[in-house]
Amino acid sequence: MSGHSYDAENYWKANLRLIIGSLVVWALVSYGFAILLRPMLAGIPVGGTDLGFWFAQQGSILTFIALIFHYAWRMNKIDEKFGVHEE
Amino acid sequence: MSQFAINIIFVGGSFLLYILIAIWAKAGSTKDFYVAGGGVHPITNGMAIGADWMSAASFISMAGLIAAGGYANSTFLMGWTGGYVLLAMLLAPYLRKFGKFTVPEFIGDRFYSKNARLVAVLCLIVASVTYVIGQMAGAGVAFSRFLEVDATLGLMIAAIVVFIYAVLGGMKGITYTQVAQYCVLIIAYTIPAVFISVQLTGNPIPGLGLFSTHVDSGMPLLTKLNQIITDLGFNEYTADVDNKLNMVLFTLSLMIGTAGLPHVIIRFFTVPKVADARWSAGWALVFIALLYLTAPAVASMARLNLMTTIYPDGTSSEPIQYDERPNWVKEWEVTGLIQFEDKNSDGRIQLYNDSPAFESEAQARGWEGNELVVNRDILVLANPEIANLPGWVIGLIAAGGLAAALSTAAGLLLAISSAVSHDLIKGSINPNISEKGELLAARISMAVAIVVATWLGANPPGFAAQVVALAFGIAAASLFPALMMGIFSKRVNNTGAIAGMLTGLVFTLAYIFVYKGWLFIPGTNNLPDTPENWVLGISPLSIGAVGAIVNFAVAFAVSNATEEPPVEIQELVESVRYPRGAGQAQDH
Repeated sequence: MSGHSYDAENYWKANLRLIIGSLVVWALVSYGFAILLRPMLAGIPVGGTDLGFWFAQQGSILTFIALIFHYAWRMNKIDEKFGVHEE
Repeated sequence: MSQFAINIIFVGGSFLLYILIAIWAKAGSTKDFYVAGGGVHPITNGMAIGADWMSAASFISMAGLIAAGGYANSTFLMGWTGGYVLLAMLLAPYLRKFGKFTVPEFIGDRFYSKNARLVAVLCLIVASVTYVIGQMAGAGVAFSRFLEVDATLGLMIAAIVVFIYAVLGGMKGITYTQVAQYCVLIIAYTIPAVFISVQLTGNPIPGLGLFSTHVDSGMPLLTKLNQIITDLGFNEYTADVDNKLNMVLFTLSLMIGTAGLPHVIIRFFTVPKVADARWSAGWALVFIALLYLTAPAVASMARLNLMTTIYPDGTSSEPIQYDERPNWVKEWEVTGLIQFEDKNSDGRIQLYNDSPAFESEAQARGWEGNELVVNRDILVLANPEIANLPGWVIGLIAAGGLAAALSTAAGLLLAISSAVSHDLIKGSINPNISEKGELLAARISMAVAIVVATWLGANPPGFAAQVVALAFGIAAASLFPALMMGIFSKRVNNTGAIAGMLTGLVFTLAYIFVYKGWLFIPGTNNLPDTPENWVLGISPLSIGAVGAIVNFAVAFAVSNATEEPPVEIQELVESVRYPRGAGQAQDH
């Protein structure tokens, strides 16, 4: 395939945008809510503790799963739109 | 029937199953040995990745560390799952498109250099062998308990079983046995957790039970746990940590390491299409999360059960008599992994935190030091016994723990052996080696790796999960940056990549060895491994994240000072970015 066509460039940019968006959420739930921002969320109670603790032990994992499936699903659409998908 | 007989039946039965599958799928050609013919469905592959991934560290060791550290050790939960996001978006689909057998092969081709490939082999071997040490330590604990022998003999037995098992089957044998192992280990982990969650909270889903009400006290479970352990001078279970820098770096190190570990990446070469590589990562994380969402519940409930066993009438009353100790304490004492010393000679078991802050209260109660030392690696295995669950549950958890340790050890050994036989010998020393010779070299390198790991596993530089965390740091600092730059940058060249990998590896290893001993040999460390001695409070377990940043920085700086990669390499980078035309994984 020709690597320098206009479409190929846009395909790669669309992929990068999706990756950056996903990684922002990835960092927010783990490094943000679960670690650095935990004191700010201390007022929100969850079953005997606070929201930050929940994100650290469960919430971030659930978010990671959602992120990967969302990425796989969106990338399939993008692959098809730019015609680079495999038959 | 005795518990020993039940354990033998469960462990023996599950082994028989794996060996039958391995024989049924015995690898014929070299291609089958490495990548299982390239035709594995994403859900099957996800399950196999799950078994590969969840090792003795996840199964046996992690909940024990969370039980001891509470919130602070949530890092293991986030770190060992968050890496899949990186894997799915930054590496797996492109490496699948590239379509070769091994990680060093990609690095060698992308950075058009035999030396780069050899440096990658070195990084891979260091990270994987460190990882196998952790597995051996964990499997040794499991064997010693269930065969009722001491820890060293348990380790020897583990080494022999792993060797027979890994040498018999190639990747294909391993893919299907690992599906079987996933099933065994997830059932084994979940069943006792459900029983215990029902006992303590009435909620059959352990992950929800964690945040439910403790039936006996009417308080939320975590509040009750906090109360009991603070009464005995421990920190609150849910307490925040002061050193957030270390917590962030440790989590980051585990995440990047997850994405950089060759035995997991190799799995993504076995799916038919690029899109399947993305789905495989998602399914793998679903199967992993089934255990990881249960683990924090196991941790807090086991800690609570342990405390209420020792203090049956509450923390303000006296603890139990040593002569009346429950059976599980006696049985674990045999392995040396639980130790009791009656410091104040009152015949009772005082279990509390020997800290200066608690000293006056301890003195007032006539306590002269903590008397019970419980190895953290036994918590999950002892959990069903602590909760008085039936004998078959204990047999089941034995089989599960061993499945976890064996499957990961086998996956790692495969990664090591393919790096040695395929990248080192065929790719460099003797390109004309026959298929038969290549398989023989693969098996010999597996044997050598097992011997080294067993020898070091006898005196592991930490609990199983901590040793494994070191392996992640090494992978994070060496392989991940090279792989990612190889895909996302056209500018990084051979010199830059080699310089980056070497500085990342050397920097990280040096920092680890200063605190953990050179080559992990006990007693050779330069500084004691305590927080006061760590630079900026960064633990040796967390240094991999810093090493990765060093690797990126050096690689970019050196590449920019030297010439651009040739045009055909820039075209190669272009081509891995687009899924079309991936075809089957192929040899060159």
